[in-house]
Amino acid sequence: MNIGKALANRSFCIGLIVTSVIALVALLSFVWTPYPVGAFDIAGKLKPPSAAHLLGTDHFGRDILSMIMVGSRNSIAVASVSVAIGAGIGVPLGLWGAATGGFVDEVLMRLNDLVFAFPALLSAVMITAVFGPGAINAIIAIGIFNIPVFARVARAAALSLWSREFVIAAGAIGKSPARITRDHILPNLASLLIVQATIQFSLGILAEAGLSYVGLGSQPPMPSWGRMLFEAQTMIGLAPHMALFPGLAIVITVLGLNLLGDGLRDMLDPRFQ
Amino acid sequence: MLNYATKRAFIAILTLLVASLVVFAMLEIVPGDPARLMLGMNATEDAIHNLQEQMGLNQPLAIRYFSWLGGLLTGDLGRSYTYSVPVFDLIMERVAVSLPLAAISLALSTFIALPVGIFAASKRGKFSDTLAMGVAQVGVAIPNFWFALLLVYLFAVTLRLVPAGGFPGWGAGFGVSIKSLILPSIALALPQAAILARITRSALLEVLGEDYIRTARAKGLSRRQVLYRHALRNALIPVLTILGLQFAFLLAGTIIIENVFYLPGLGRLVFQAITQRDLIVVEGVVMLLIATLVLVNLLVDLSYAIVDPRLRGRS
Amino acid sequence: MAKKLESYWMKSWKLAIAGVAISLVISSASYAAKTDLVLGIVLEPPHLDPTAGAAAAIDEIVYANIFEGLTRIGAKGDVLPALAESWTQSDDGKVYTFKLHKDVKFHDGTSFDADDVKFSLDRARGDKSTNAQKGLFAAIDTVDIVDPLTVRVTLKRRSGDFLYNMAWGDAVIVAPESAGTNKEKPVGTGPFKFDSWAKGSQIVIEKNADYWGKPALLDKATFRVIPDPAAATAALLAGDVQAFPVFPSYETIPQFQADPRFKVVIGTTEGETVLGMNNKKPPFDNPKVRQAIAHAIDRKSLIDGAMFGFGTPIGSFFPPHHPAYIDLTAETAYDPELAKKLMAEAGHPDGFKTTLKLPPPTYARRGGEIIAAELREIGIEAEIIPVEWAQWLDQVFKNKDYDMTIVSHTEPNDLNIFSRDDYYFNYDSPAFKDLIKQIDATSDGVERTGLYQQAQKLLAKDVPAAFLFQLPKTGIWDAKIDGLWENGPIQANDLTAVKWLD
Repeated sequence: MNIGKALANRSFCIGLIVTSVIALVALLSFVWTPYPVGAFDIAGKLKPPSAAHLLGTDHFGRDILSMIMVGSRNSIAVASVSVAIGAGIGVPLGLWGAATGGFVDEVLMRLNDLVFAFPALLSAVMITAVFGPGAINAIIAIGIFNIPVFARVARAAALSLWSREFVIAAGAIGKSPARITRDHILPNLASLLIVQATIQFSLGILAEAGLSYVGLGSQPPMPSWGRMLFEAQTMIGLAPHMALFPGLAIVITVLGLNLLGDGLRDMLDPRFQ
Repeated sequence: MLNYATKRAFIAILTLLVASLVVFAMLEIVPGDPARLMLGMNATEDAIHNLQEQMGLNQPLAIRYFSWLGGLLTGDLGRSYTYSVPVFDLIMERVAVSLPLAAISLALSTFIALPVGIFAASKRGKFSDTLAMGVAQVGVAIPNFWFALLLVYLFAVTLRLVPAGGFPGWGAGFGVSIKSLILPSIALALPQAAILARITRSALLEVLGEDYIRTARAKGLSRRQVLYRHALRNALIPVLTILGLQFAFLLAGTIIIENVFYLPGLGRLVFQAITQRDLIVVEGVVMLLIATLVLVNLLVDLSYAIVDPRLRGRS
Repeated sequence: MAKKLESYWMKSWKLAIAGVAISLVISSASYAAKTDLVLGIVLEPPHLDPTAGAAAAIDEIVYANIFEGLTRIGAKGDVLPALAESWTQSDDGKVYTFKLHKDVKFHDGTSFDADDVKFSLDRARGDKSTNAQKGLFAAIDTVDIVDPLTVRVTLKRRSGDFLYNMAWGDAVIVAPESAGTNKEKPVGTGPFKFDSWAKGSQIVIEKNADYWGKPALLDKATFRVIPDPAAATAALLAGDVQAFPVFPSYETIPQFQADPRFKVVIGTTEGETVLGMNNKKPPFDNPKVRQAIAHAIDRKSLIDGAMFGFGTPIGSFFPPHHPAYIDLTAETAYDPELAKKLMAEAGHPDGFKTTLKLPPPTYARRGGEIIAAELREIGIEAEIIPVEWAQWLDQVFKNKDYDMTIVSHTEPNDLNIFSRDDYYFNYDSPAFKDLIKQIDATSDGVERTGLYQQAQKLLAKDVPAAFLFQLPKTGIWDAKIDGLWENGPIQANDLTAVKWLD
């Protein structure tokens, strides 16, 4: 891929800009937010947006902008760790299945189906019921569901590579399946996996918001976008701004990531060239 | 083919069996005692013990699993600890809400997505295509529960056209009941429609790139004729597959939306049952949902195999 | 194909639009008649047998409406006769003789007499009992049938609370024929009988035409389950629900107060909300630490922030509407400086790390966030751990595996929980236990008041828990409805005197 081609891809450019801005905001929140994020001001609660509070205040008088800024850290952390879990376990499983075939492959894929068949949110609810709510459990719940996704993608792509001449040739000169996977299969999968990771990342942001919304995500005082929406729900008639802005933050982030993913796919996936 | 079908069915059954074990085991380690929960803070220990006995909670694990499994095979899902009615009846009451909700949203999303997808494909690269796909891109990014909140604010709180939540029950009249399903269906349907529209478009474009389409064009058929007469029919196969999966997903995935609108559906039943430690209900519903998904998957696999004989060799 | 598809879509669209239009017309045609009432309730009961479950949601539907006991609790918390028209007490105070009403019938047509009373009381205190308040019957020694309309109850010891205890929902009289099926189809003697239950949405009761006493004024009452505060607001505004005896959305109450169509009645309940602390677990075993925590909490901002201003601050464990109540909030007034000083004296000048387990209700979850922020001011880092009720009962209540928690004790007359061994506070005060023993054995009003006040003062000084506020009863109903309870002496919706004004 070259820079000229990248710049010509509109999805990629917009996606990259939006994603970078969000990443910067998350970094900025470590050193500066308009107000300290835990600062209560109960007398000044439910204020609509104003010069003092650009996005208004919540039911405890906290500054919503500050909470959204800090909340981005939470979303990014949960989504990225769960992608790492999914890819870290799923990709090796998929590659193993593709390399060995036969019974191992069959068992792996059926296990995949099993995880896939569990309604994701239900499992998250159960995991949380056992271990209690918190960011860690959200990560586990989302991570587990990333495993079959990565396993499937890796396996399907690896299978098609195993029938290619250069792989067959490598086998003919006596390389072991493990070495072939490392030397020839994995490098050719990298772009595909990056695209998938971007997509799963954006789904992870949505999933984290959903889990927090039903009270299964990270807990106060750590702000989280999904929980902000939950808290806004009962106040929707009094303070609609409480529901509006965290939701917009989610939409913009997910949109940016999806555009980035689409753009990357257009550039990296040979089928789209 | 028959051989292939038997094998797939066998695998499906095995999957369900493993799932039943996993579900049962998972719920066994959930802390909390339904008897203690029902009797509350002032209960004496012997009263709690008596209730545990009544609920059959004092039996060994293995016995409870096998009697539950045996029940499953004969279609008996046991009795709810909290409601003390058969779990099956409880599920059927909730399915009467969840099923119409899923069906309406699926219909709604199809009615929106298919025309948009076809339209975008036929205008490939033009401004209207970009606009439609841009809107779809945003639609995919919107969390459905947030969208639901906005709908509640606009149509229930501000305009007061529909109830903000709750479900009167079909006994209260068809009209009122449908009315309380309108917003939830829309909230569920729109993000689904965005995904479906994108898939429809790309499936169509893929088909339009095939050789036989070029041949048809060369024969002198117009673009329009080719699109509707040849391409659409073939592109519908992947679209229908997705629809099938989405239906299963909708049935299970409405938990959050049911919570936003306080609909007494399957998702809410599970949610409540977990908090009340009515584990037998949770087990029943989860098994039902998994069975639905496995069945849909099986049907999809089999229909693929019918369409494409090459797939029968592999699994 | 093209034409077909297009026209098919057109048709479906038209159908869909027509469907919506029709449903809108149908729904606006329904209107409430004047002898029926739809009430909103927040929690759906698990079943409808008050003798086999602690859920307040059961009593909210069946108490006084479907089931009756020997005595009952009135709107002001007083004990009134119910199925027993009168009673006498022996000179030593240990034998009660109840005279029962005659010609009373259960809803299934079977007749009520002394046998049913003996059956119900023996069942509730028996070996196989699953009664959630078995302790209410602990004082009973024997129940004897004198004649079909006379029952004699002999106690093991004097009990000042006996008649009150017999008025609880858990002590209602049930028939042997229907006791086993009351969970699904409750059969009582009350002015209303059970009609239907659509699980997850509503429960309907209707007037009992054969009622032995003063008949109900309503023909039908529907309890609609609306757990969502936003939906509760909308349902009231739209008239789908005409009364919400315990309205869950404090933040929208001002809107109803300004609307002449509604009556807003802020009453009191028996719910003392406390920050419970594990008195045996360091550092909470040090009274100075507990006092410091109490002084670090600003009850006003807590009530404003978590309850939107509704709730009465309390300084001890006693309901403000009780005649023996004394206001002790000044004992643990908000004073962060004093709190820091106490922390230093207790050997924690830099504070410590601890946990705060919060059950699901809004008062606990929101209140916990505020308290955690306030405790941070005096150096205490309290990690918030939300738990479900099942976990709360298991971890906090049963196993005492907790540091701090917030909960509202909604049972009436529950001052004695601080005297119980092995209760989750782990508070062990011989002086307090002695006071409770004296209270239990005293029937005289003035003497009792004195003892109650001593007990309140002792708790305010010892701070076994930080006392926060009394839970309000936020009732909202149509201004044309008369007869609903203003306060909540027990969690019940007594509909016997409810009527629509013209």
